[in-house]
Amino acid sequence: MQKKDIGLATLVMTVGAIVAVMNPRFLSPINLANTANLIGLFGLFSIAEAFVIVTAGIELSIGSVIALIGVIFVDLIASFSVPWPVALAIVMVLSVAIGLLHGWLITRLKLQPFVVTLCGLLIYRGIARFYTRDGTAGFTFGSDFPMLEYLVAGRTAGVPHSVIAFLLVAVAAWFLLHRTVLGRHLLAVGKNPEAASFSGIDTNRIIIQAYVLCAFLTGISAVFFAMYTRSVQPSSHGNFYELYGIAAAVLGGFSLRGGEGSIIGVVLGVILLQVLQNLVNLLGIPSSLNFAVMGSVILAGVIADTQFSRYRDARRQAIAMAALEDGGKPQA
Amino acid sequence: MTAHRQKDISLDLLGITKVYPGAVALNNVSLSIRSGEVVGLVGENGAGKSTLMKVLSGAIAPDEGRIIIDGEEVTSLTSARVHERGIALVHQELNPFSNLDVTANVLLGREIRRGMFGFLDRAAMESKVAPILARLGTRFGPNDAVSGLSLADQQLLEIARALSIDPRLLILDEPTSTLTLSETKRLLDVIRQLSADGVAVLFITHRLAEIEEVASRVVALRDGRNAGTLGCGEITKDAMIRLMIGRDLGQFYEKAEHDPGRPVLELKGLRTKAYPQHPLDLCLRAGEILCLTGLVGAGRTELARALFGIDRIEGGVLEIEGQRLVGHSVPAAIAAGLCLVPEDRKTEGLFLDFSITENIAMPSHAALSRAGFVDIGAETALAEASRHKLNIKTAGLGRAAAEMSGGNQQKVVLAKWLAMKPGIIILDEPTRGIDVGAKAEVYRLMQALAADGVALLMISSDMEEVIGISDRVAVMCRGRIAGTLARDQLTEETILQLAVE
Repeated sequence: MQKKDIGLATLVMTVGAIVAVMNPRFLSPINLANTANLIGLFGLFSIAEAFVIVTAGIELSIGSVIALIGVIFVDLIASFSVPWPVALAIVMVLSVAIGLLHGWLITRLKLQPFVVTLCGLLIYRGIARFYTRDGTAGFTFGSDFPMLEYLVAGRTAGVPHSVIAFLLVAVAAWFLLHRTVLGRHLLAVGKNPEAASFSGIDTNRIIIQAYVLCAFLTGISAVFFAMYTRSVQPSSHGNFYELYGIAAAVLGGFSLRGGEGSIIGVVLGVILLQVLQNLVNLLGIPSSLNFAVMGSVILAGVIADTQFSRYRDARRQAIAMAALEDGGKPQA
Repeated sequence: MTAHRQKDISLDLLGITKVYPGAVALNNVSLSIRSGEVVGLVGENGAGKSTLMKVLSGAIAPDEGRIIIDGEEVTSLTSARVHERGIALVHQELNPFSNLDVTANVLLGREIRRGMFGFLDRAAMESKVAPILARLGTRFGPNDAVSGLSLADQQLLEIARALSIDPRLLILDEPTSTLTLSETKRLLDVIRQLSADGVAVLFITHRLAEIEEVASRVVALRDGRNAGTLGCGEITKDAMIRLMIGRDLGQFYEKAEHDPGRPVLELKGLRTKAYPQHPLDLCLRAGEILCLTGLVGAGRTELARALFGIDRIEGGVLEIEGQRLVGHSVPAAIAAGLCLVPEDRKTEGLFLDFSITENIAMPSHAALSRAGFVDIGAETALAEASRHKLNIKTAGLGRAAAEMSGGNQQKVVLAKWLAMKPGIIILDEPTRGIDVGAKAEVYRLMQALAADGVALLMISSDMEEVIGISDRVAVMCRGRIAGTLARDQLTEETILQLAVE
């Protein structure tokens, strides 16, 4: 665990403790389970976003992909009676295809990630709305998919399965980013693409892999969201989710310049954001202030982070000066 | 523009120290200059001349030391304040605004205005610029577009820009490197005139003959320190070189006899992106140190980038160990046993924020992983072995590469490639900006590698180094290989003759 993560964990604990003291309902099993469920749902795509941000990229179409994939998944099952495992396979292939497309546009056509994924945000949202004729994609009354619902929206010993999925993905993501060669290369490409290519790393391939991974996790997240809401209203489903993801990653120490961040950090970032939402609800703060609270906390976190890097640079300078003093006083 | 004599200037830099994480650029350097003096500042690449200029121009703040102008201590120098004091700088790097014309460039930021709306007074501006251009004898006029000017003309434009503020102190950083002989002569005349008018001139150049001609005093820097001064009668090329190098060259460059073996790298009509019109032929043999030298812009780095697969090859054949290299890319080059120690180690060679271990292991991950997972034990063992072998000095291998000295950073870049056991190593300016001790270690390492049968292609502009350690020298000039010299033909003159055509 890095120092930054410990700081963030302390912040999460402090905020949690304050809310718990001010409103004991925070610790009620039902509130904890609901909050945990939201953490799981939001956490899946936040980790997805983190893998793109670490390459110094950005993925703005996450919310729209969640809407589009959600609409297609529900509609395949409800209107076309496709067995759900087949529907799941179809939407996962589609998600990966979206990731490949983004990666290809960014690496081969040299488009900026911001522009590519902004266009994605508009296009996928538009297609989702057109597909349902701006209606709602939902399951017909009385339809029942016990297996699917158990897997995606069920609970084991009171723990929502979204949380279990999130934890499994988080552990896998931790190993991927911090222990595998691919992870090392993701960090390298994000930090210094030039030195990475001079080290024989195929930077384009790494970047494409990041977008594909991001889209894959977003697809999983979309299925969880669709089964959580049970009906998908494509004009609002998933709105602004990409921004939640970016916020969680930035809180977790991912720099938008790339090459930095830890999975533990993004997990803590997701938890902090949901606890803050919960805080707004439980403390009777007008819910219209919801975004303002979140924005302020993120801003404070980022300011603390830049101060930390300035301190690090100053320390390096001091070390260099000290080495000079040791190496014999400069002669006149 | 003519002999209106300005207030005299005195400038003293006292005990200036500037430390970068990883390098000591200036160590207690002092320099003084007074009106009417022409001071030549000499030193090898990396001796600290450019850093001293940056301090003087207000671009960077020194960590220690005092700057005294006209007897008054200046604490925070900014480029605006430098101008106010009548100090003009001509930078080595040329950055003219190619979207503006000559007049606009010369007077940028000091435009002459007129009337209540402050419109540009074009006529007044041109009449200010024209005599300056005449004095320099430029081929271009005040209305010419800058986008069409040659490098030499751009250099003269920068000088005109400096003269347009009527400086009391003019600082020229390598002003003649792109100029023709007659332009240089003219510039030296201008310098003499200015100094007669009471202007102080600080002249930085590698061309010692020019300093011999105009300087009244010489200040030499070596490895970021003052290396001595020469007064009026003592300025000779030999005396300057002695101060710049400060040691017996013969001892510094231990030349081992290598028996060149089979050809390992062959270029047959290779065309690079930079100079596609010149096909290149070159053969590098196992166990030799072949140096590629030439002036800046001759296409040496571009050739190295093309060989390593960074840039596309436009045509021709590249053979390694007799095999034509197919699938031209960096991974293909590495797989064929070729690696490159790049020119700019901070951006191309290293990940400054990553640990030393991670840097060394970066290209070796295929060998140091199991099922895609990094084998941290093997990685650490590799770094530890490299530290021992290359004598890398650090407080810990987990430290960021940014925290090391330049010489140790270069050793890390070397270590990361030596771990791949390459058969061919291209080194682009391997000793630029590193201290003497580390330089000697790099040379020893190169000799040891050559003795082991590794083929080394070194790119260098440092003549002493080129002559000191090469078995053979290929001189490039404007994208062509102008000639190849065997070891017994190596002198500064023979190399320069080929380099300048």
